[in-house]
Parts: sequence; C-alpha cells; structure tokens
Amino acid sequence: MYERKLGDVVLQVDGISLSFGAMRVLNNISFNVRQGEIRSIIGPNGAGKSSMLNVINGVYHPQQGAITYRGKTRDLMKVHEAAQQGIARTFQNIALFKGMSTLDNIMTGRNLKIKSNMLQQAIYWGKAQREEIEHRRKVEEIIDFLEIQAIRKIPVGKLPYGMQKRVELGRALAAEPDLLLLDEPMAGMNVEEKEDMCRFVLDINDEFGTTIVLIEHDMGVVMDLSDRVVVLDYGLQLADGPPDEVRRNQAVIDAYLGVSN
Amino acid sequence: MSLSPDRKATVNAEQLNTFPKLLLNHANVRGRKIAMREKDLGIWQAWTWQQILDEVRALACGLAALGFKAGDKLAIIGDNRPCLYMSMAAAQCLGGVPVPLYQDSVAKEMAFVLDNADVHFAIVEDQEQVDKLLEIRDGNDAIGHILYDDPRGMRHYDFPFLDSIEQAQKLGREFDQANPGFFEQQAKAVDGDDIAIMLYTSGTTGNPKGVVLTYDNVIITARNGIVREGLTENEEVLAYLPMAWVGDNLFSYAQSFVAGFTVNCPESGATILTDLREIGPTYYFAPPRVYENMLTQVMIRMEDASRIKQRMFHYFMALAKRVGTRILDGKAVTFAEKLLYKLGNFLVYGPLRDVLGLNRIRLAYTAGEAIGPEIFDFYRSLGINIKQLYGQTEGMVFICVQPDGEVYADTVGTPAIDVEVKIDDNGEVLYRSPGVFHSYYKSPEATAKTKTEDGWVYTGDAGYFAENGHLKIIDRAKDVGKLLDGTMFAPKYIENKLKFFSFIKEAVAFGDRRENTCIFVNIDLEAVGNWAERRNLGYSGYVDLAAQPEVYDLIQECVDKVNEDLSRDPLLAKSQIKRFLVLHKELDADDGELTRTRKVRRSFIEERYAPLVEALYSDVAECHIETEVKFEDGRTGKLAADVKIREARQFTPVAKAS
Repeated sequence: MYERKLGDVVLQVDGISLSFGAMRVLNNISFNVRQGEIRSIIGPNGAGKSSMLNVINGVYHPQQGAITYRGKTRDLMKVHEAAQQGIARTFQNIALFKGMSTLDNIMTGRNLKIKSNMLQQAIYWGKAQREEIEHRRKVEEIIDFLEIQAIRKIPVGKLPYGMQKRVELGRALAAEPDLLLLDEPMAGMNVEEKEDMCRFVLDINDEFGTTIVLIEHDMGVVMDLSDRVVVLDYGLQLADGPPDEVRRNQAVIDAYLGVSN
Repeated sequence: MSLSPDRKATVNAEQLNTFPKLLLNHANVRGRKIAMREKDLGIWQAWTWQQILDEVRALACGLAALGFKAGDKLAIIGDNRPCLYMSMAAAQCLGGVPVPLYQDSVAKEMAFVLDNADVHFAIVEDQEQVDKLLEIRDGNDAIGHILYDDPRGMRHYDFPFLDSIEQAQKLGREFDQANPGFFEQQAKAVDGDDIAIMLYTSGTTGNPKGVVLTYDNVIITARNGIVREGLTENEEVLAYLPMAWVGDNLFSYAQSFVAGFTVNCPESGATILTDLREIGPTYYFAPPRVYENMLTQVMIRMEDASRIKQRMFHYFMALAKRVGTRILDGKAVTFAEKLLYKLGNFLVYGPLRDVLGLNRIRLAYTAGEAIGPEIFDFYRSLGINIKQLYGQTEGMVFICVQPDGEVYADTVGTPAIDVEVKIDDNGEVLYRSPGVFHSYYKSPEATAKTKTEDGWVYTGDAGYFAENGHLKIIDRAKDVGKLLDGTMFAPKYIENKLKFFSFIKEAVAFGDRRENTCIFVNIDLEAVGNWAERRNLGYSGYVDLAAQPEVYDLIQECVDKVNEDLSRDPLLAKSQIKRFLVLHKELDADDGELTRTRKVRRSFIEERYAPLVEALYSDVAECHIETEVKFEDGRTGKLAADVKIREARQFTPVAKAS
C-alpha cells in the first residue's frame, strides 16, 4: 500500500506559555507541524487544547514563546492575518450564520478571495459577475466533496448537529487553506457521523494536500487518523510522537485513566 | 381461461431493432435534442443525442482497444449516471452484454454474479465500487479491466488494469482514427435476436439468477408500452431506481432509446425529491412506498399549516375524493362539481402537485407490491394519472397494465400489447409475450422449470380475472392454501387489506387446511396511541393499549370492513375472517417473527403462539399466554398477558355490481 511522506516543517511552536491572570493555561509547549501532515492535539477536559489552537491562529497572544509559520516568526498576529496566510479553522461550538443557507455560509468562507468592491458587486457586471461565478463554482465543488447537495438551500439553523459541523468544515475549506485547524470536529456525533467525518478529514488531506491540526477527544479517532500526536494535560506537554508511541506512554495512560495510589 | 391481446403493435420494428441502430438513428434524426441530463455542481448538464453518440463511440472504441469483444460481458456498477448508461450502450455497440449490478451489494454478493456471468470488464462509478472489485480480484484475476468515473480518493491507486473512463475514451478516439469505419461496422452487425442485456433477479431463495434478454425482448416490449400509452419524444423521466433493476432498464434506457425522450439523473440519492421538483417529469415510476412517504410528508406539513389553510385543504380534498377520480376517468359529474374542482385545482391541487414535483405527470406507474387504495385514490383524485402495472424481469416488465379510464385499486389491469395471460388449474398466472426472456444464464434446468416449451412463463403468483376482464393478483402461488370446504385462502391478500388501515401495523392470517380464517393483529403504536390520546384514553405501553376494549372496537371496525370487502369477491367470500385477536406483543425481527425485510414468518408465528391459535379455533373468549422476548440489549425476558378474542361480523356474499 501507499507510504505517507511528510514534508518540511511549516509550523514551529516554541516554548509557548499563556496565562489569564493567575491562571496558567499553557506551560512551555513546543512542537512542530510538517507539510501534509495530520497532527493531533489531545488531552482531557481543560488541558489547554483549544487555547493552543487559538494561539496558533492569533486569537490569543502568549506571554512567552514564539510561533514560526512558513519561516516567519511572529509575535502579535491578528486573526485576519492568519487567514490571509492560509490558516482556516472550525470551532468546538459551531459558529455559523444560523439564518443563512448552507450555500451562503460556505460562500462567506470565500470572503478573503473576493477582489471586486462593493459597488461593482452591487451592479453585478463584468468582473464582479465573473468572480461570483468562479466563487460559486468553488463552493459547489466543496458541496459536492462533502456530499451535502441535499441541504444546499436549507437554513443552517434547521440542520441537525452533525450536518452543521460538516457545513462549518465546508466554510473553512472555502478559504482553500494550507493549514486547517479543526477544533473537536467529531464532538457530539454518533458513530456513523464520526466515520463520515474521518473520511472527509483524510480525503481533504489526500486530495488537496492540506496540512491539518486536529483537536479531538475521541482517542480511537485520533489514533487512526493522525501521523503524530501531542498530548496536553493541565497546560503541560505530556508526550509528542506517533500514535503507537503515545499510546504506550505511561504519563498519558495515567492522565487518561487516572493513577491508582 | 385465456385472454388475447386486443391491440397489436403498429410500429414496424424491423429496421431499428437494436440499441446501437436506435442511437445512430437518433443522432441523425434528432441530433440536437436533449437525451440526458445530470445535475452536477448544482447545474443541470445536458447531452444531446449527437453528444451521446460521440461519447458512446469513444468509449466503445476505447473498450475495443482494451480488448473487449463481441459476446463479452461488461459489469456496470453505480448510481444512475449518464456515463453508466452510456457504458451500457458502448458495450452493446460492440456486440457485448452489459450486466448491471446492485450498487449497494457487498463484495461477496457481487463476486457470485461476476463469476456466474463470466465478467472480464467492469465500469464503475467511484472508489467504493473499485474497492469492492479489488477485494474480489484479490487472488483471482478474472476481472480483467476496471474503468471508473469519479477519480476521488484513488490518486494512489496504481494498477495496470485500472483506468478512468476519460482515459479509455482518449484511447478510443485514437483507435477510432486509426480504424475508420470500425464503430459503424460493429454497431450495425448487432441484430434483434442477439443478447442485449443480462439482469440478475434478487432471488429470495438461493443465489440470484441471470435473466438473459434479447434486443427483440427488450425493444419490442418497450415499443409496445410506448404505443399503448402514447408516449412521445417529449417525455421527461427521472432515473433514480437501481440500474440493475429491470424497471429502470425499461423506463430510463430502453424506452428512452426507442422514443427518444429525455432521461434525467439526480445529483445524489439524497436530493431526489428536490430534483424531481426541478425536472417535473411527465412519465414516472415509483414503488408504493415512495407514494406513501410523499403522502405522509404532505399530511405532516398540513398539521403545521394555519387554520384557514387546513380547512381549505380538507374541504377540497373531500371534494377531490368525491369527484376527482371520476373526472380523471372521464366520467360524468355535475357542472357545479366540475366548477368547484376547477377552483380546488387552482387553490390546492395544483400547488400540491407542484410541491410534489408531479405537476407535469401524464403517466405514473406503480408496481412491485399492493398499494393502499387510500393512497392510490389520493393521487388520482389530485388529477395525477397513476396506474398499476404487473410485471416481471422474465417478461421485460410488462404483463398487465391498467388502461386509462379503467383503473381500480385492487386489480393490475388488462394484458399489455402482444401479451397473452392465462391461469392454470392451481390458480397460478402464466403469460406469453415478445418480452419473454431467452433463458436463465447457464441454468437450463431453472429455465425449463419457469418457461414451457411453447413459451409460457410461470409467474409464481396466484390470481384470477375479475368480471371486468382485469387481472387480480392475490398472493404468491406457494402461499395460497385452501380452507377445509375448498375455498381459496390467500393469507397475504387478507393481511394486506388489513394493513391498509393505518391502525394496523402487522397482521397474520391462518386458515390453510382449517375451517375458517382467523387472524392476529398488531396495532400501530403511534397511530393507535395518537387516537387514544385524542380520546383521553390512558395507557402505559403497548401491552396495555393492545388490550383496551376501545382498541378492540377500533380494530373490529377494520376487520369488519375487510370482511365486507371480501364478501364482494366471489372467490374469496367464504374466507371472511371469523375470529381475531390483538397480539400482546409487537412482532419483531429480533425474535424471528419477521424477516429482516419485515415480512411475517407465518409458520414460525403459528408454532410460537400455538395456544393462541388453538384458542382462536375454539370458542373461548380469552387466553393466557407467556412469551419469551429478546430485548434490544440481548437479554431475554418473559411477557405474560391475557389476550381477548373477538368474533368478526360476517357478510353474506354479494356479486359485485359494476
């Protein structure tokens, strides 16, 4: 069968520490993400996983440490800068426009790619029209890819949870990201929905070559999907390595199953 | 008793007697007319007959370049896609035989058919199907070459025997240039008595059998259907039923190739209802459950409508029920009723048909199983010309069809053009027609068992001709028994009649070699539960509800109506239900009482509930029973109840006045 080859390091996280007041959320976290990789961050509740993701795409600014993305070390990055650099994400609690259709929600993911100005769009002629057609085509390709044709025109608020998650993934994909951050994409799903989502994650990685950083609760999912796994617990980095290695790590076992003493 | 066809085919089929010849002709005569559509990336893409010919030609030449020869079988697996229909035509242009398979079969089931049919080439839709073939191919290289449509997920598949359809067509275009005239010569060499297609019947018992059909079988039958119903090149159909099923092959392929009408392929399985609305087909087929689901959807949505709309809906639906079917059948109604119906059409029926996507329907068929008369009449009263047909793979579908203006919910109509139907001494239906299959592939014994030497085919169904000359199918022949006095006993027929009532979920009829008919009834918890709530009738669960005297009254009404119905049937009048009981437990596939496809296992139930059956045939009014049940988590428990037994009302047989 086909061997996976991982590329160069695209994202380097170096000694990140983050506190909110006296609350230490992340403590000296370091790891890297390589081109074309599926990288997971796992850990029990409150381990700091989502905070880590928020640091990567510029929502939180860490007190210590540096993040190097594509060879550029940055300190204070704004969210839209992250987006411009090709980083897209989904959220643990779905953040869609509930009253808008699936199609329109995914279309908002094309926002940064729209070059025509508001006036041109209002007239809808020439460049704006060509652009709209091109964006619509891209969005339709995503709808096809995620197999959500049947809900194309349905307001997102009316959809079941699993479907909303899929639409959110579609919106992130619409930005054609190089690096895709997924915050618990399978949370609250049934087995079948999880399997579907796993397949989409693998297909995105395979078809578009997108590098994926994934936060997940479900250990089974993580171990099957990931090339490498970082384990966090109460802001501390417990382990980092391929799934098999992490699975055998005593500190990880203790954190997940509890220690008897 | 035998009935001869009254109308003969008027179209001369001599010249255009194969699909390759029909295709060449369409490209010539109506080259710019749209032959197929498929919704892709949200837009309906169209192919004209000329474009279809070009694609088929490239693919056929590509297949030839890869070594496909006349007589070879081509497996076709996937959802209804234009490229798969074109693959069928491509194989036929080379004198090959397409073998469509059910796309949801697992690899093991496919392996049997592929092996049995000697398949060496396959054209499939996507990775899912390719993976199954790879699994089968493992350790056995019988399948020589695989072509696929959708490349997604297969970028790392590096096998010399795997290509995309596009690659094959590229190869084909080069081959075509190097061998001018090859395609025409091959396409024209195919003749009417050559094998057109092999369709595997699902086979409820044993392995599936490959039904071999010739071009004459398929094309003459398709043409007769077109002639009888007056179909034209302007019809629009939606291709959404499995390609491996004979009906799809007839409606979405054969009849389109004969008449030249347009076939539309939905975007995906989940979008069928939306696509139906967008296309607005004029010619449509659906099994009863599709019509049933649509009706349920309408009723649920009406519950949420405003008071005024609800009243309007119910008023006009009541009117439609009174006069709608009469208007459709061209029978007399009063001027006032006609006027009111017109108003109803403007306010209710038209918008409703539009929502259902059935506004342009000129002809809708249903078949496969009995359709509830209420459902049937609902659609007909809206002005939708839905008719039942009776058919089989072995006869290329058409055996009987209901003629316009003579549509009854309980018959399947009169024999189709060129079809002869007779009933043998055991009550089994036999037919003979141009559509009668060539043979079962590689199975002369099975062929001889089904088809007599002079071409009559045993259907396996029991039925008889009603006084109006329409065929009435009552049951599978092997299930039909006799009461002690010799009256025919058709359990499924009685059970179906009961199940048409929404309150009755399942019914089991006993009577073979017994004095009279007695039944078990399972109530529909949801329907009866709702009914009970509206009457402020408290209940704790199924067992409790099933035993309530009010519920027994309710079920008694249904049973009595069935008896009244049966009394009008000269053959079955004496098999009226004598006594019935409402079973204390829902029949369940986990307990082996139903098959996985929810058919009752009559003999198993008879054994399991022997004391109850015994009580039915005695004169006691109540019976105590303990049953072992399996819970969903696998544990078992005991369920005890005192089941009451009631007498049903008997009706004196009357001859039906028609």
